[in-house]
Amino acid sequence: MSGAPARRSASGGPTTPMPDALLARGPSPRRLWTDRAASAAMLATVALALLPVVLIFYYIIREGFSAMNWEFLTQSMPYSFRKEGGGFLNGLIGTLIMVGVATAVAVPFGVLAAVYLVEYGKNGLLAQLIRFFSDVMTGVPSVFVGLFVYTAFVVPFGFGALMGAAALAIIMLPIIVRSTEEMLKLVPLEIKNASYALGAAKWQTVTRVVLPSALPGITTGVLLAVARAAGETAPLILTALGSLTITTKLLGEPISALPLAIFDGARTPFAAGQARAWAGALELLLIVLVFTLLARVASSRSSISR
Amino acid sequence: MNDAVFAIQDLSVSYNGNVALKDVSLDIHPREITAVIGPSGCGKSTFIRCLNRMNDLVPGAAVSGEVLYHGEDIYSPEVDPVTVRRRIGMVFQRPNPFPKSIYDNVAFGPRINGYKGDMDELVERSLRRAALWDEVKNKLRKSALALSGGQQQRLCIARAIAVEPDVILMDEPASALDPIATVRIEDLMQELKKEYSIVIVTHNMQQAARVSDKTAFLYTEVDEETSARWGILVEYGETGGIFTTPKDKRTEDYVSGRFG
Repeated sequence: MSGAPARRSASGGPTTPMPDALLARGPSPRRLWTDRAASAAMLATVALALLPVVLIFYYIIREGFSAMNWEFLTQSMPYSFRKEGGGFLNGLIGTLIMVGVATAVAVPFGVLAAVYLVEYGKNGLLAQLIRFFSDVMTGVPSVFVGLFVYTAFVVPFGFGALMGAAALAIIMLPIIVRSTEEMLKLVPLEIKNASYALGAAKWQTVTRVVLPSALPGITTGVLLAVARAAGETAPLILTALGSLTITTKLLGEPISALPLAIFDGARTPFAAGQARAWAGALELLLIVLVFTLLARVASSRSSISR
Repeated sequence: MNDAVFAIQDLSVSYNGNVALKDVSLDIHPREITAVIGPSGCGKSTFIRCLNRMNDLVPGAAVSGEVLYHGEDIYSPEVDPVTVRRRIGMVFQRPNPFPKSIYDNVAFGPRINGYKGDMDELVERSLRRAALWDEVKNKLRKSALALSGGQQQRLCIARAIAVEPDVILMDEPASALDPIATVRIEDLMQELKKEYSIVIVTHNMQQAARVSDKTAFLYTEVDEETSARWGILVEYGETGGIFTTPKDKRTEDYVSGRFG
């Protein structure tokens, strides 16, 4: 610190000490301490906010890892929660079926709705309504969605995979609509104009330029919605109900799902049932993690960001 | 007179009721380069965007007057703007390749137009005509965004000529490029004019003088009371005449660099 002013005053003569002193003085002690205190406070709040997440991960991994084995991943439930062994294959298959069906339904509807919002409806009344209700639906507690599907479909047709998928699709839809809308808005006007100037009709511009350019971002939103749906429990209690056996029927028979199997296992007073719930939690965590990571990879490949 | 590609009569444009261009009348001839020059905000881009109905895409834009393309009014209600744009290509100020491969950029127009011939051959021919083939022939499947700005602009020209248009509109095609890339685009225009009619907007007078056969000078007129501003056509003629013996005082002031 003291080296620099000495060197400059040696070469600069008697007129330079003033600016040297001004520059070399550094921040005042008060500013220094305010800076340190603020930094420490922010660090503390971040640590506090992360603490629950870290603890959740820690317990799930610690408890889940000791109960996790090949049998758990490949076997279905034993007929009693008290019995040891077996696994959640019934739940895994149910989750794959219901999330798969829900994705297949929600993605086309969600993406098309977003295309409508950005390219056609813009700020019209219908578009504003769709935006408003998407936002409301994002905030609706998922158990309400379960109740709706229960009254509308389960009462007349019974519990089943399709009912669970319907509830999950309703939960996914607003997430997909709003995230896709944001991605479509990022497509530069210049390349849309380029397409129009080549004689492309509007639908050709949408399908061949706008959607492909936004695809990585749309994929990100879809994968996050899938991750959210895979972890939903409350709406499935009212629609899929849960089952101890493997089923692949879409209608007429209750079906299990990983969150349901975890919920049932964790409620039992038996060590074996609780251990399976921990392992199931770890399995679900890994599935959600994989989808979140895929979403990250997809968004980093975005071709729009230049 | 009636070999004109475009016969434009009393063309006016307004955006949300504000007049941007007023009563422009001129003829554009085939196999020539027509330059549109003038100070910023005089409606040059507005004018050129009328010729392929790109202004239709701007909310609030209203066009009046007549634009006859080979004798046919392109603003007639029976005319589909999509068809107009297939005949009249456009190159924009900033290079705007699609985030696709070089090949797919050039093939885009022919594909949407249902081109049935040999696509590889068409892509090569278009890239050759745009003087880009030698630089990209070994990386046709690479992203167009990896090219330099000048190469991207030549790619956009290749993309425009791949649909075999009749006219190419260029809206300040070199203003975002360095001098060397600019010279390449200008040389290319001289080649292209053998087959196409070209209309180029430029704010670079030297460029207009170098490349064009005819020059239109647009200028901003100001209403003293409302301070509304709009563009008018001051003078149109042979480029040599516009730059050496302009008839209008405003043209003379502009081309001699007294303002703008």
